[in-house]
Amino acid sequence: MAKLMPRRDVVIVGFGWTGAILAQELTEAGLDVLAIERGPWRDTATDFNIGYMPDELRYAIRRELFLQPSQEAITMRNDLTQTALPMRDYGSFLPGAGVGGAGVHWNGFSWRYLASDFILKTHLTQKYGAKKFDGLTIQDWGVTWDEIEHCFDKFEYVAGVSGKAGVIKGVVQPGGNPFEGSRSREYPNPPLKMPYSSSLFTKAATEYGLHPFPSPSANISRPYVNSLGVAMGECTYCGYCERFGCANYSKAAPQTTILPVLMKKDNFELRTESEVLTVNLHPDGKTAKSVTYVDTSGNEYEQPADLVIMAGYGLMNVRMMLLSRIGKPYDPNTNEGVVGRNYCYQTGGGGASMIFDDKRFNPFMGAGALSSSAHDFNSDMDHSKLDFVGGCSIGSGESNGRPIQGRPTPPGTPRWGSKWKDATAKTYGHVMSIGGSGSSYAQRGNYLDLDPTYTDNFGRPLLRITFDFPDNDIRMQNWVGEQCVKIAKTLNPKILTSGKARKGWNSVPYQTTHNTGGAIMGADPKTSAVNRYLQNWDVSNVFVMGACAFPQNSAMNPTGTVAALAYWAAEAITTRYIKNPGPLVQA
Amino acid sequence: MKRLAAYFAGAALLAGMLAAPAWSGAEPDYQQVHDGRYQAILGDCMGCHTQPGGRAFAGGAALETGFGAIFAPNITPDAATGIGGWSEEQFRRAVKQGVSPGGKRLYPAMPYPSYAKMSDEDVANLYAYMQSVEPVQRRSTPSRLRFPYNIRALMIVWNWLYFQPGPRKLDASKTAEWNRGADIVIGPGHCGTCHTPKTFLGADTSAALTGASLDGWFAPDITANARRGVGGWSVAELVAYLKTGHNSHSMASGPMAEAISYSTSKMDDSDLKAIAVYLKHVPASSAAAGSALAADDPHMRAGAEIYQDNCAACHGMDGKGENAIFPPLAGNPIVGQTSAETLARVVLAGTQSADTKGAPTQPAMPSFAWRLNDAQLADVLSYVRGNWGGGGPVSAGTVAQLRRDLRPNRR
Repeated sequence: MAKLMPRRDVVIVGFGWTGAILAQELTEAGLDVLAIERGPWRDTATDFNIGYMPDELRYAIRRELFLQPSQEAITMRNDLTQTALPMRDYGSFLPGAGVGGAGVHWNGFSWRYLASDFILKTHLTQKYGAKKFDGLTIQDWGVTWDEIEHCFDKFEYVAGVSGKAGVIKGVVQPGGNPFEGSRSREYPNPPLKMPYSSSLFTKAATEYGLHPFPSPSANISRPYVNSLGVAMGECTYCGYCERFGCANYSKAAPQTTILPVLMKKDNFELRTESEVLTVNLHPDGKTAKSVTYVDTSGNEYEQPADLVIMAGYGLMNVRMMLLSRIGKPYDPNTNEGVVGRNYCYQTGGGGASMIFDDKRFNPFMGAGALSSSAHDFNSDMDHSKLDFVGGCSIGSGESNGRPIQGRPTPPGTPRWGSKWKDATAKTYGHVMSIGGSGSSYAQRGNYLDLDPTYTDNFGRPLLRITFDFPDNDIRMQNWVGEQCVKIAKTLNPKILTSGKARKGWNSVPYQTTHNTGGAIMGADPKTSAVNRYLQNWDVSNVFVMGACAFPQNSAMNPTGTVAALAYWAAEAITTRYIKNPGPLVQA
Repeated sequence: MKRLAAYFAGAALLAGMLAAPAWSGAEPDYQQVHDGRYQAILGDCMGCHTQPGGRAFAGGAALETGFGAIFAPNITPDAATGIGGWSEEQFRRAVKQGVSPGGKRLYPAMPYPSYAKMSDEDVANLYAYMQSVEPVQRRSTPSRLRFPYNIRALMIVWNWLYFQPGPRKLDASKTAEWNRGADIVIGPGHCGTCHTPKTFLGADTSAALTGASLDGWFAPDITANARRGVGGWSVAELVAYLKTGHNSHSMASGPMAEAISYSTSKMDDSDLKAIAVYLKHVPASSAAAGSALAADDPHMRAGAEIYQDNCAACHGMDGKGENAIFPPLAGNPIVGQTSAETLARVVLAGTQSADTKGAPTQPAMPSFAWRLNDAQLADVLSYVRGNWGGGGPVSAGTVAQLRRDLRPNRR
C-alpha cells in the first residue's frame, strides 16, 4: 500500500535539463514544485572532482554516469516481422541517469533547428510537392520559428552558449551561419578558439563554395555570469565532455546554470533516488491525480499533484505514457493512435576520415562542441535534382583525443598487438575527419510500444523500439558523404577513407543519443500526442517534455531545441494554464 | 506574521496578569521586534545557535575549541528547553555578563565579552525579537569540555582576569562612521571572537584581529595589513565581500561563509561601509608570515608541477582565477596568513563559498586529500604561498596533522 504524500502544485518526473527548466520557471511563477528523480544527486566539486573526472575507463568505458540496463532496459528490432530482444547493454545510444540527466554528459552542441524544420511538411510540399517524400510520415510541429525564437534565446543566455550569429533581425552576419533562422541578438559569448582541423575545414569548405562557421557550443569560451546570476568558468579544452561531467564549471548543465538558484527556493523540493512507476489518472481519464513512486528501500508513495510534467529522457516519457494509459497507443498496422508514433533517430553515416603525414593536430586539446560546421547540405538545401529530402550539417573539430577511444589507425592495421600499438602511436595527432549530423525522418514501420514479453524489476513491460533507417535517409547520407569526400580530397591527405550508410540499425556500436519522437507535438490530435504547448491532448494536466515531441529529427543535435520547447511550454503554463487550467488547444 | 500576532496577544495577556512583567508594563511594539531582529543579524546569533539544516535558533552544532566541544543552546522561546521563561533582565545578564538564570556561568564561546558593549536598549530589542521567534522544543546538547575547563565556576576567575564590561568609549577624533564601525566590530559583530589571537585561557590578546586558529580553520588577519589583512582592499571591495561573500580578491568559505550568509549579507549597506572604514584603520599586524623558499628549491619546483596538473585549470597558471567562479590565489589574503591552516584545509577537504543573494553560484573547491600525499600537498602549498607573495613553506608534518584532525572520527 503506497503511502499518501501531501499534495503539491506540480510534480516533475525526471530532473535533467527540461525538469530543471520547468522547475525554475514554475517556481518563479509561485507554484510549489516537487521534482522526483530516480538517480542520485550530483554536483560539480563533489561528483565531477577535477582530480578524477578525466578517468576515461570509469566514465566513458564503464559509463558511470549513465542509465544501466539493470535499472531500465529497452528491447529492439528492425521491423514488424522480427521478435524484439532486450539490449543487454546500452550501446547505440546512452541515456543519462541522475540529477542533470544527459545534460551532465553531453558534448555541448547547442543548435537551433532551422526555421523550415518546424513547418517541414508544409515547406517540402510547397517546394517540391508531397510526392517528393512519399512513404515518409513527415509532419509540421504546430509551432513556428517566430513563436519560439525567444525561447532559444532564453536558453542560450542561461547556458552561456558560445558562437557567432549568422542572421540577426534578418541581416546576414559575416562569419556566422547564413542559413539559420533570424535571431533577435548575438550569442552571449564569442566562439571557442578554433583548432587546426577546424581551420583546415573552414578553408577547404569555403573554397568548395560552402559557408562554414564556428559551431555553437555550451562549452563556454570565457568566464560568464548567466541570466540567472550564476557564474561559469572558461573552457580549458580538456576534451572530457561527452560521457563526463565538467569539473571546471565550463559546460552548461543544470548544475552549472540553474540549480544554484533553484535549489535554494522554499517552493522547490527535489527527491532523488525515487523512481516514478506510473502516473495515476482520475476515473474519467481526463486529468492526472498523482504519481506513484518507489524509493531505494522499495517503499511506495503516492504523490498527488495538480500538474504533472514528464521530464525524463524522451524514450522514458513515451514508456511512462504507455504504462499510465495516457493517450492512444500508435498501431502501425492501422496507422492510428499517437503514442509511439514517428520515432526517429539521427543519421550521420558517410563522412571522410583523413590521415596526414605533413599535418599535426593536437586532439588532446578539445571540447565537446569544438568544431566548425557548414549547413549548405542541411535539410533546407535544394533537393530538386536529388532523390531524397533532408540533409546533414557537416563539420570538423576536436572533441577529444582520449587515450582509450581516441586511437585511430590506418585501414588494415591489426586490432591488437605491437603492430597496432605502433600504428596508434604513429597515427595519433595526424588524423582529421569531416563528419555529419543528419536528419532522420519518420516512416510508418518505425515506432515505440510496450514489449509483449519482457518486463523490468517492477514487472512493468519494457519499451520496444522498432526501427530501421528509411531508404530516403540512406540515400541522403551517402550523397552528403560524397560531398565530404570531395572536400577532403582538396586537403591532399595521405590516406582518405569514407563509410557508406546501410540499412539495418544496430543497437550495439555507439551512434548517437538523439532519439526523437514517440510523443510528438502537432496541431491535430489524430496525429500528435501533445498539442503545440506539449500538453497531452487527452489528459490536460500532463505536459510531456523532451525530444519525444519532435515530429521528425533535424540535421543537428537536439538539446537546444529540447530546451527551447521546455521554455515554450513553461511560458504557456505560467501565462495561460495557471489562470485557466484545462486544454490550451481545443481538440 | 501569524506567529508574531499570537505572540503579541500572549504578551499582552501576560502583561495584564503579572504585576511586574518582563516588559516593564508595556507590550513590545513592532519597532522593537524589528530593531531586535537587526541586532540578531549584527550579533549573528543564528550562526552558532542553529544547526546546519536545523530549526532556527534551536541549538547549534559542535564548536570545536582548544578546551573541548561547545554546543550553543536552544534560544527559542520554548519554555521548557529554550529561553521562554527568561525575563528581560535574565536575558540581559546572560548576553552581557555571561551568567544565565540560576547563576550558571557561560563560556566566552558565547561572546558576552563583546556583547557587553551593546546598549541595554539594543539588548532589550533583541530580547523582544528572540521572544517572538518560533518556539522549538529541543533539549540543548551539553558541552563536552575537558577537566578542568568543565568547571563553570572557574569562569568567575576568568571574568576577573579578562572581562571588561561597559560600553566602548566614543572616539571623538574619528568620524561617526568609524565609530559606528567600531561599535559593530567590537560589540555585537564580535569579529574578534574568531579573528583575534587568544591567550592559553582563551581570552583575547592585545593583537586584535590579527588572525587566529579556531575549529579547524584559521580566521585570517583582518587588520589594515596590505598583504594579509584588508589593507589592500578598497572599502567597496570589503563591502562587496561582506555583502555577497565574494570579491575580486577572495571568496568566503567555512565559518566566515556562515557569518556572511546569516549576518553580514543582511546588514544595512551603511553599516557594512562603517565596518569597512573601521577595519581599514585597525593598526596593521606586523608578525612575519615566514619567507618564501627560493624559486629553484626542489619543493618549489615539485609544487609548481603539482600546481600545473591539479590547480591551474581553474585558478590559472598566473594564479589569477576567474571572475566570480574561481578565486585568485595571487593577492588572496588566505594564501598569505601566518598559518596555512585554512589554505591546507580547503585543499584537503574541499569547501564551498558563501550562500548569498548577491552571488548564488556558490562555486566549490573539490577535495584533494585522496589524490595528493602529505609531501605533495606540502609542496604545492609552499609553492602557492611562496609564488604569490604569501609566506613561508608548509611542512609535510603540518599537513599530516591537519589531515588527522579532519578525520570524522576525531571530531
